[in-house]
Amino acid sequence: MARGFVGAGFTMDAIILQVLNGLDKGSAYAMIALGLTLIFGTLGVVNFAHGALFMLGAFCAVTLQRILSLSYTVEDPTQTDFLGNPLKVDTPYIVSWFGDATGNAILNWSVPLAILFAIPVMLLIGYVMERGLIKHFYKRPHADQILVTFGLAIVIQEIVKYFYGANPIPTPAPDMFRGSVDFGVMIGFAQNEIIYPYWRLVYFLFSAVIIGSVFAFLRFTTFGMVVRAGMADRETVGLLGINIDKRFTIMFGIAAAVAGLAGVMYAPINSPNYHMGMDFLVLSFVVVVVGGMGSLPGAVLAGFLLGILESFASMNEVKSVIPGIDQIIIYLVAIIILLTRPRGLMGRKGVMEE
Amino acid sequence: MLGLSKKDTTFLLIVIFLTLATPILLQPFPEGSALAQFNAGYPDLMQRFAIYGIFAIGFNILFGLTGYLSFGHAAFLGVGSYSVVWMYKLLSYNVLPGLILAVLMSALFALFIGFISLRRSGIYFSILTLAFAQMSFNLAYSVLTPLTNGETGLQVYTNDPQVLMSAGSPTSPHFFGIVMNESAKIDVGGWQFTFSNGYYFCAIIAIIVFYLSLRIFRSPFGIMLRAIKTNQTRMSYTGLNSRPYTLAAFVISGMYAGLAGGLLASMDPLAGAERMQWTASGEVVLMTILGGAGTLMGPVLGAGFIKYFENIFSKINDNILYAWFSALPEGLADALVFMLHPFIGKGWNLTLGLLFMLVVIFLPGGLMEGGSRIWGLITGKNRKSKKAGKDPEHHPKPSAHVN
Repeated sequence: MARGFVGAGFTMDAIILQVLNGLDKGSAYAMIALGLTLIFGTLGVVNFAHGALFMLGAFCAVTLQRILSLSYTVEDPTQTDFLGNPLKVDTPYIVSWFGDATGNAILNWSVPLAILFAIPVMLLIGYVMERGLIKHFYKRPHADQILVTFGLAIVIQEIVKYFYGANPIPTPAPDMFRGSVDFGVMIGFAQNEIIYPYWRLVYFLFSAVIIGSVFAFLRFTTFGMVVRAGMADRETVGLLGINIDKRFTIMFGIAAAVAGLAGVMYAPINSPNYHMGMDFLVLSFVVVVVGGMGSLPGAVLAGFLLGILESFASMNEVKSVIPGIDQIIIYLVAIIILLTRPRGLMGRKGVMEE
Repeated sequence: MLGLSKKDTTFLLIVIFLTLATPILLQPFPEGSALAQFNAGYPDLMQRFAIYGIFAIGFNILFGLTGYLSFGHAAFLGVGSYSVVWMYKLLSYNVLPGLILAVLMSALFALFIGFISLRRSGIYFSILTLAFAQMSFNLAYSVLTPLTNGETGLQVYTNDPQVLMSAGSPTSPHFFGIVMNESAKIDVGGWQFTFSNGYYFCAIIAIIVFYLSLRIFRSPFGIMLRAIKTNQTRMSYTGLNSRPYTLAAFVISGMYAGLAGGLLASMDPLAGAERMQWTASGEVVLMTILGGAGTLMGPVLGAGFIKYFENIFSKINDNILYAWFSALPEGLADALVFMLHPFIGKGWNLTLGLLFMLVVIFLPGGLMEGGSRIWGLITGKNRKSKKAGKDPEHHPKPSAHVN
């Protein structure tokens, strides 16, 4: 059996390569699904606008890049352009303020810098969204929550489209990470066997850090302990004199920030466009359901699992056996899981059951 | 008449009259007047009213009655369209075999998808239907290209067999010689009315399916579906297995969607995979909610409303706005145009999204509830009925299934 697989192209390096390929998409799925589950677990709200938050994060990166590259134009009399007129040179303000080296470095690192920019912005957006809209939907049926957040997602999407246009906006990673790394050499393979883009590796590590810190925050801080208690029994925590609503609002902000950060760092992988959120949202919901509604580890596990499965399914060797499998694998897995393990991989009893 | 109560018969007759008179009613402004752009009496748009009306009526049988929120109904729309175009390719441009195949195929699809998806309820059901629809969409784009012609979309080519085509047959969709895209134009004074074959074909089918849905609403079967929406647990306690009922509702609404998809291809002999995308499923949800889920007329109103404003709003541009505000001082006109600009033309989706949010937030019953509230304000009638509904213990509010 194993021999047959190797014969069909399933060599060790191919397997590792596909796992790596799956990791970056899986990281994005995991982070979005984590946020979705946080919101669901704390507030009991099914948030269809979560994909839009991911997209807003990516556009934070775009915005920061645009702000940083605001420039003024000077005519340089010493040079001429091809028409013989004095050459117009655009100099970004940032370069003229900080000098050539620092200025260009800041421009170059705009995407990682956007993390700092995105955190407060996304926290604020999350806070406003929860206080302004979601708050009024706690008592309403889930169908209403789905519908109103779906409407909100359309609105956010259209606003972004209005300001940024419909075309994808290329947002490059810093020069340092633009190439590829020969990952195989690091783990003892021959050269040029496992080539992997730097930025995707960065993305995976970044997502691991984010996911790790969310879990640590929930597990090791008093705030996190209260939130977990509130997830288990909201009423009792409220009776103990703790303002659980306020904490849940903050958790909504954090969930928005996690989705936003996932979006910021995803910008160099896939140029942001206004409907990228919707594309990810559908898959992320599938991920949440596969992982088990309300289970944080389940969401992360399912995110990576489905990401990796998707990348294996897009191998030519697999596609030649079952054509089109790469297009449907995630949905297929979701259907099978839902029918065999109705609560998802790690779902708890009593969550989302009538 | 026809097994309906007197009230329903009157209702049906009004609907029939309105549907048949649509080409006149939707053309209230004379040709060439400033308001002519608000006319909706042209065939293309009226056909869409009727077709999406059918789609929404069908969706309402599932969502409005049982409360199961399907996010994958566009798959059936696509299946219907593909069936019809295949019948054009194989037989001839007569739409009848295609429509029959469309309804049968979508029924089969719905039976399969429904059988699996209905094992779960609530949000899981929504996700399962969504997964199936996305799967169909992705497959239509990739592996099933021989069946669907991928991104180009399925269409009739000159070298297709078309075995039933004879020398005199029309070369565009027709119903036993009645060509869909032909129409009669009648000028009365400044008005021009277009009576198109295609519209009347769709309209008559719409009336028939509306009648069927009226019968379903009033039947014991319909009451059973409503009971499932109100309290499924209580239904199972009485020893009733609700699955066959929900499955039947799912299949019926799938057939409606297939018919609508088939009609889309009957008006324009083309079928593309984008009809199956989940945004299309979202659209029918919007229509139903906007009009009022669970009411008879609501979904049709919602479909008409969305399609009308989609058409009108996307045509308005800044120049038209300036023409409207020409009476105002210049600065004010500029400011108004600037404020309205994001919502018109290509910004129509923004308006739709906002409108939809407002409806869900303030008017969960949709336009129908709004209408009856206004009617209640005028007549002062519904104060009494409101009191009766205030007793939560004895009149539990029916809640949607997604709980």
